[in-house]
Amino acid sequence: MPLNKITEVIGKAVPVPGADMDTDRIIPARFLKCITFDELAGTMFYDERFNADGSSKGHPIDAPQHAGAVIILGGENFGCGSSREHAPQAIKRSGIAAVVAESFAEIFFGNSTGIGLPCVCASHDALVQAMRLTEQAPDTAWTLSLADMTLRGGELCLPVRMPEEAREALMQGRWDAVVELMNAPEAVEALAARMPNPQPHC
Amino acid sequence: MGKTLYRKIWDAHTVGTLPDGRTQLFIDSLYLHEVTSPQAFAMLRELGLPVLHPERCYATPDHIIPTDDRTEPYADKRAATMLSELRRNCKEHGIRLFDMPSGQQGIVHMVMPELGITQPGMTIVCGDSHTATHGAVGSIAMGIGTTQVRDVLATQTLAMSPLKVRAVRVTGTLRPGVTAKDVALHIIGRLGAKGGLGYAYEFCGSTIEDMDMDARLTLCNLAIEGAARCGYINPDDKTFAYLKGRPYAPTGAAWDAAVERWKSFASDADAEYDDVVEFRAEDIEPTVTWGISPDMSIGIGEVVPSPEDAPDAESRKARTAALEYMKLSPGTPIEGLPVNVVFIGSCTNGHISDFRAVAPLLRGRKVAPGVRALAVPGSQMTDRQCREEGIDTIFREAGFEWRLPGCSMCLAMNADKLVGDEICASTSNRNFKGRQGSPTGRTLLMSPVMAAAAAVTGCVADARKVFQLGE
Repeated sequence: MPLNKITEVIGKAVPVPGADMDTDRIIPARFLKCITFDELAGTMFYDERFNADGSSKGHPIDAPQHAGAVIILGGENFGCGSSREHAPQAIKRSGIAAVVAESFAEIFFGNSTGIGLPCVCASHDALVQAMRLTEQAPDTAWTLSLADMTLRGGELCLPVRMPEEAREALMQGRWDAVVELMNAPEAVEALAARMPNPQPHC
Repeated sequence: MGKTLYRKIWDAHTVGTLPDGRTQLFIDSLYLHEVTSPQAFAMLRELGLPVLHPERCYATPDHIIPTDDRTEPYADKRAATMLSELRRNCKEHGIRLFDMPSGQQGIVHMVMPELGITQPGMTIVCGDSHTATHGAVGSIAMGIGTTQVRDVLATQTLAMSPLKVRAVRVTGTLRPGVTAKDVALHIIGRLGAKGGLGYAYEFCGSTIEDMDMDARLTLCNLAIEGAARCGYINPDDKTFAYLKGRPYAPTGAAWDAAVERWKSFASDADAEYDDVVEFRAEDIEPTVTWGISPDMSIGIGEVVPSPEDAPDAESRKARTAALEYMKLSPGTPIEGLPVNVVFIGSCTNGHISDFRAVAPLLRGRKVAPGVRALAVPGSQMTDRQCREEGIDTIFREAGFEWRLPGCSMCLAMNADKLVGDEICASTSNRNFKGRQGSPTGRTLLMSPVMAAAAAVTGCVADARKVFQLGE
């Protein structure tokens, strides 16, 4: 199962500001009633973007100048709350290829890496600058490079960071771990034989 | 230098190091429910892989289950499909399913400890962030995504990096009317909703040692609301007493050996922590959230805070947005705020001890006019116990609807939802925007006794005054 090597993401960005952007806001629970992830395109941030009658709330994602954006610029603790992989799946299936934020919730970060959606951290100041430029010049073509860990756009060249293992996995096309997890069956079975496995006694 | 429980369990379950530097970690138990598993089984099918250790998987339906009428087929066709997918996948792969007729169905985080499947020293994962709950018995338990559920189904292992460990020490005696829920909300309020990023929380200290197991489950359940992917408590005699005699707990000589083994996982006295924070039990008030993140909380005697008093520009913005969503003004006392709905239940506070604590307070009292009050036991076993003890009758006579077990109004994936901008006094775990099923619904998190006080007065109230819980 060859995976694509993810070394850079190039394109427009869209700001989704605010700290603690929880996964209920990224995808409300009513959209979770699906048995595959195929139907999730377009559901991201649904209640943040639309009123109950379907009219737009004027969220940046729906602003014409941000149409076609591939990078989300977020705040602190992005993706907190529920472990629902539906959240990064909805983001990815809505055409987003990377998220740059101040920090990420652990589970969201792992889920995103595992489906090849890079999540990189930038400082508060860097994100303020990136958001400002994106608002002033929405057509700015940003380059998020995992090779040199920068986010470049216009005159800006902003440092970004991510755990080395995740960067390595994405760059080497090894972000889907299942293949490598199957490489040590004897060691796994040795542990399986040794570790207790609760069974009913009545 | 000694080791923490986290490190001991991590080391004992390490298979090896992957090329990208992550650890391949052996997983003892995978818990499954209907919302985050069907996609994983579909991925497995696509790869043509079997379930490697079906005997290490345990499933129960909880999120979408109706709590009123369970006659099948369900009116909600999508919910019915998710339930039938769970049944099909468990049957096809030989996975144990605690379905409705078993009498052992319930919220996954309630059922597994109650059956004694959750044991000390284990690595436990589930496609649900509140898997942190199971750390209460002294295990590493964490929420994972669906692709990782697939990884565990296929390989019984995960690619992970270890967390740092923060000792969260609480000492002293909790005052009357103050519960594990208040302790958790207090800690999250002080350390922040993102305070635990990168950490596992070891809850320790005399206050924690004094807590019964249900209270410990509540506390660890909420670790994730403070961004700690797992929270745990060192196993002790209370842990062993809780497990003894449960259907999946060892018996006879195997029990004695298990207890010895379990004890060995407890953090060493000289264990080194990456961080230590301390709290005093006496400082903790009955706590209520006022905003849209679990760290936006205040003591019952306090007023809704002002953005002007926020420590920085970001929190100022967050507070302003929260106040706008909650339709609250700074300076408003939280006590006396009218509520429309009361929800007692969820994996946080749907335990037998939660209902036992509330029942005597409700005896002879009535839910305030105009308030809709739901009591939803977390599991069929808890429901049975409540019925045997007459607790359900007390709740019903007070005007509560006594429902069947499930996640219910914690995340409103079934028919139990807020309507419009109703305010709910809720014993659940998240006050996020829209969390309880209405995109404009408002949630105030609190303990079961505080929710009971809100039910009988029709507004946020100090349970200590309402029920005369004296010092």
